[in-house]
Amino acid sequence: MSVLTDQIVIGPASHSHQSVRLLLRNPVAIAAITFLGIVTLVCIGAPVTAPFDPLHQDLERVLSGPTAHNLLGTDTLGRDVLSRLIYGGRRSLLSVLEGVVVVTALGVPMGLAAGYTGGWVDRVVGKFAETIMAVPALIIVLVVLAVLPQNEDAAMISFGLLGIPAILRVVRSATLRVREDLYVAAARVSGLNHVQIVKRHIFPHVWGPVIVQASLFAAYALLFETGIAYLGLTADPSTPTWGGMVAEASTVIQRQAWLLVPSGTLIAVTILAFGLLGDAIRDAVVIGEGGLARRAPTSVVTKPDRAGDIAEPLNGRSGLVLRVRDLWVSTTSSAAETPIVDRVGFDVYAGETLGIIGESGCGKSVTALAVLRLLPQGLGVTGGQVYWQGDDLLSMTERLFDELRGSSVAYVSQEPQSSLDPAFTVGSQLVELIRHHQRVSRRKAWSSAIALLRQVELQNPDQVARTYAHELSGGMAQRVAIAFALVGRPKLLIADEPTTALDVTVQAEILGLLRRLQRETGMALILITHNWGVIADICDRAVVMYAGQIVEKSGIREMFHKPLHPYTLGLLKSHPSLAEPRSRLSSIPGSVPSPGSWPPACRFSPRCRFVADECLKGPIPLIDVEPGHSSRCIRVDQIFAKASA
Amino acid sequence: MLRIVGNRLLLSVPLLLVVSTLTFLLEALIPGDVARTIVGPQGTQEQYLQLKHSLGLDQPLFTRYQQWLENVIHGDFGNSLFNHEPVTMLLNVRLSVTLSLVIGATLLAAIVGVLLGIAGALRADIAGTAVDALSMVGLAIPNFFLGLLLIALFAVAIPLFPATGYVPFDASPLDWARSLVLPVVVLATPGIAVVAKQTRDSMRAVLERPFIRTLRAAGLPRRSIIFKHALRSAAAPVVTVLGLIFVASLGGTVVVESVFAMPGLGGLAVQATTQHDLPLIQGVAVYFTALVVVVNLLIDLAYGWLDPRVRVE
Amino acid sequence: MSPETPVLSVEHLSVRYRRGRRISNALDDVSFEVQPGETVGLVGESGSGKSTAAKAILGLVPVYAGFIYFFGTDIAHLPFKERRKTYRQMQIVFQDPYSSMNPTRTIGNTLSEPLEAFGERDHKARRDRVYEMLERVHLPPSAANRYPWQFSGGQRQRIAIARALMLSPRLLILDEAVSSLDLSVQAQVLNLLQELQEASALSYVFISHDLGVVRHICDRVVVLYRGRVMESGPALFVSGRNSAHPYTYTLNEAVPVPDPDAQQARRSVARSVTSPPSDTTKIGDEQCVFAPRCPWNQPRCWRERPLLRPAYPNGVVACHRYPEWQSEIARPEPLDAHVLPAPKRR
Repeated sequence: MSVLTDQIVIGPASHSHQSVRLLLRNPVAIAAITFLGIVTLVCIGAPVTAPFDPLHQDLERVLSGPTAHNLLGTDTLGRDVLSRLIYGGRRSLLSVLEGVVVVTALGVPMGLAAGYTGGWVDRVVGKFAETIMAVPALIIVLVVLAVLPQNEDAAMISFGLLGIPAILRVVRSATLRVREDLYVAAARVSGLNHVQIVKRHIFPHVWGPVIVQASLFAAYALLFETGIAYLGLTADPSTPTWGGMVAEASTVIQRQAWLLVPSGTLIAVTILAFGLLGDAIRDAVVIGEGGLARRAPTSVVTKPDRAGDIAEPLNGRSGLVLRVRDLWVSTTSSAAETPIVDRVGFDVYAGETLGIIGESGCGKSVTALAVLRLLPQGLGVTGGQVYWQGDDLLSMTERLFDELRGSSVAYVSQEPQSSLDPAFTVGSQLVELIRHHQRVSRRKAWSSAIALLRQVELQNPDQVARTYAHELSGGMAQRVAIAFALVGRPKLLIADEPTTALDVTVQAEILGLLRRLQRETGMALILITHNWGVIADICDRAVVMYAGQIVEKSGIREMFHKPLHPYTLGLLKSHPSLAEPRSRLSSIPGSVPSPGSWPPACRFSPRCRFVADECLKGPIPLIDVEPGHSSRCIRVDQIFAKASA
Repeated sequence: MLRIVGNRLLLSVPLLLVVSTLTFLLEALIPGDVARTIVGPQGTQEQYLQLKHSLGLDQPLFTRYQQWLENVIHGDFGNSLFNHEPVTMLLNVRLSVTLSLVIGATLLAAIVGVLLGIAGALRADIAGTAVDALSMVGLAIPNFFLGLLLIALFAVAIPLFPATGYVPFDASPLDWARSLVLPVVVLATPGIAVVAKQTRDSMRAVLERPFIRTLRAAGLPRRSIIFKHALRSAAAPVVTVLGLIFVASLGGTVVVESVFAMPGLGGLAVQATTQHDLPLIQGVAVYFTALVVVVNLLIDLAYGWLDPRVRVE
Repeated sequence: MSPETPVLSVEHLSVRYRRGRRISNALDDVSFEVQPGETVGLVGESGSGKSTAAKAILGLVPVYAGFIYFFGTDIAHLPFKERRKTYRQMQIVFQDPYSSMNPTRTIGNTLSEPLEAFGERDHKARRDRVYEMLERVHLPPSAANRYPWQFSGGQRQRIAIARALMLSPRLLILDEAVSSLDLSVQAQVLNLLQELQEASALSYVFISHDLGVVRHICDRVVVLYRGRVMESGPALFVSGRNSAHPYTYTLNEAVPVPDPDAQQARRSVARSVTSPPSDTTKIGDEQCVFAPRCPWNQPRCWRERPLLRPAYPNGVVACHRYPEWQSEIARPEPLDAHVLPAPKRR
């Protein structure tokens, strides 16, 4: 799940009314549908719409260009081009229909069967599809035409049969994808039988891709039909066909080049219309997924334009490694910028571990990525400063910052295996990194790599160096990821939920490893997590985030024994490990507000049991309650006067 | 690795068999009488029966199949019905022409398509829309139309290239290349479109993956991330697509060779169809299938090299 | 204990699956019982087989050996038609609140699906029941007309619980049902589950990797490792300091508690367990499956598979060295010194 999924609501993927509506809002789709509609109607109504008989020869008007009499000119025998196009269109469109009907009528059930049933059915269908795909369709159709000369219907039906694998594959993968979804299992357990499940749950996800494929197939069918007509294989020369007309035009290219234009362009534009329609339908059906990724990427950093507190210039005061002041991060893809994180500020000192804790949607991961300038598409820093040894990271050029990344500030993420390049061995990636940071020979780099792997407590580092990411267990992969991070001897390591995806025994080991590395190298550590136990285990100080803001900052013991914010207090009280077994847990009512719908004034007020009028008056500042302990609660004195552990 | 090769070869034998049998059966099962068609409405019953006998069509299906299969295994595809020369001889002469065209087209599609695709993935606004537009047009324009347009422009209006005809390599390498340019461009155009789109989609997808972020965070320069790491992971679907393009180009030669009057297998196939020359057509079908098998094998090997996960299997 | 028939009695259950050419035991001779109104926890890390157990009980994967008694009847080998009838009494809530509901159907539609499947034709009766369930999980009736994406993760889990309760089952299987929820939301859902259980004497099989939650909500706990039962007994024993199995002990020690002082104290009792062997390591049938990682292993553990035997009251353990190993827990050692386990000799 991306950082954003919980915060920004994305519409349903394949709800039919939604899709149709989206489609009709797409100007390209409308143009394509209109064009195809007009062409179809005109061609079907040929006896009415065509100005002339397509076979009528007017030998006095041979090869004329467009005139008032013949809007699109005449051909070598004086026949009206427009009329011939109209009549020819009937044959072409009929052929396209034949092909599409055959391919969907057979391909869809086969794909459903293969995807849903699996097993031998899937294998048989797969082999069948593979066989068909191995032969260029055109050749097989030629064989058919050799035996059944000029039989366009036979040719198109064969073409349809040969097109089955493509649609089959699409249907099969759509079916497979849905079949794995939990709600299909839920439907089974609800008592539905297979037919009902296919009808209710599988088919709605399949018809969208089918229509897309049908539209694209129509484009290919037309391409194909005009091709064999061009070759003269489907009709005698006098019968009007679009392809045949192009062939005829090619013989008189010197005398009347214009003749090529009406037929060729009409073919191209119709094919284009089918293709564009298919693409537009595809966009409409899958707009739910990755909608945000569609926009052109803006630069990752926009110039900070909101001045925050005037930051004190750092003069190399010993120990301070990172200072974040007044950081704002917002969405940059829509017209209105929505803040995801605002007014975040904290300090990190050498050798210490700072924990950033919060629930999903609070903005903790986004904060880390902002510091690293690695925000995904659609998000950007819109205010604040990040000071690293006196320099503001956010206003540095990309080039300068690239040098800092990895060497001064390093990063470890949540999913260990997917954070390593699957195409290269662990060792070769390490070597590449090492040689980027230091000028050493390959051999020296390799032994450094082995040493690093040993430093992260991997047994058999030589062996591990030769393996690929997918061959490692979660714990080993995370150790490798930490080794990566250590290559540049960073002074600060940012670890984003480094143990969340790991088993609990492995988690303990990784936390121990991090602690040990800190002691050995003196580096600072920012640990982002939602797990209070992890914070208690490894952090010196902690910062609690809620709805994009920091609500409490303190040393770790004070955080647990003397929390000074209602949210922190509520969270700790709802932790099962701190409650009586089998008792009712104290829980915070309501849920976390998403960005864009944050309550004005105190963002926690709707859920707070201590809320009073003053909480709703205006934005709440972060108050220093005690040295080293601040809270974003203006009632902190009243609420926590009798604060107990 | 060897297992992949062996596997694929093992699968190809039945595949070739199935395809050749299919073409044989097609002729036999399709309603329609070849002998009647050849003899025509004016032919006499005697001529018809004679032709039927000489074609062996009066024998039971199974016997015919057996005979045919035996011949095929020995590489004998029979004789052309039209000029009575051995099919294999006719095909081999033309193989190099078609191969030049198809290999040229696939290479062109690969190189231009991948470059365009990478550009499209990196600069999403301008180059991206350009790629989209080019793809659409490239796929929509029929190859015969494009061919005629190119001939009109670059062979007639500005005589840069020959309008028709093929010059063998040994005669003159330069002229050989010149005679190939226009037809290869025509064949490659839809391929470029597809490859560009696939490359762009693949690259975009890979650039969003977590490991790219890790590499950036570790400080690797952008260039090596894109060209070494991202491209490697994005390559597999592109390679698959190239295989499909090869197959499609083979089909495309049927039309393109006719437009440019090139003496290749495609043009021969058209001729054979109009003349109802079944042995010849069957021969072409089998040759094409064999080419496809070879290409699929190469793709499997490339796949294995690109994606280590496949190798273990 | 109680003379009543247990709601669920799993006996010597084994499930196998094949991956390519390899056959592995997802579950190997697993047994446990669930009494009416009881919550039994299935605990384990990845690869322990706990999710497979859920699927086997529901008939979503085939059973290789053993029995599953549901109110006294063996359902392990029933054909789907018969199995289907048990779904009235036995339901499941899955982990992922996002993919357990069809995004293209309204909540009301999804909730009435089980009713329709079992033949409730009366539209009004279905509607009424849907509203009734929504109320029981503290959601407004208007929710019935909305789509899944309009709800938060916690709310969706409540809807999933409502769906599971539509047919008034006696047994609910909760497969990591709160694992993907935030802390505050998790508390709400756990409270709801307790409330529902008290109201209708529901039994729960609570599958989780989170020992803290399991300790809080379960009466009894079954600890699984690589498909086998390591220990099984009352929750307070299994999750306490006196757990009978080395693996359970390791698990308990590894879970960090939200108390900095306690954590610091624990760290000083360094206990190193070797890294888990990768999946391809063959674990023989005739050995203790935990031996490669166990700090107290002895040669016997490698030769002979330990059987479940009584430990503390109502508890069983599968360990050759119980209770001796407990006296070998090391004294506090210097911080993070690593002691690689070696076979200890008596």
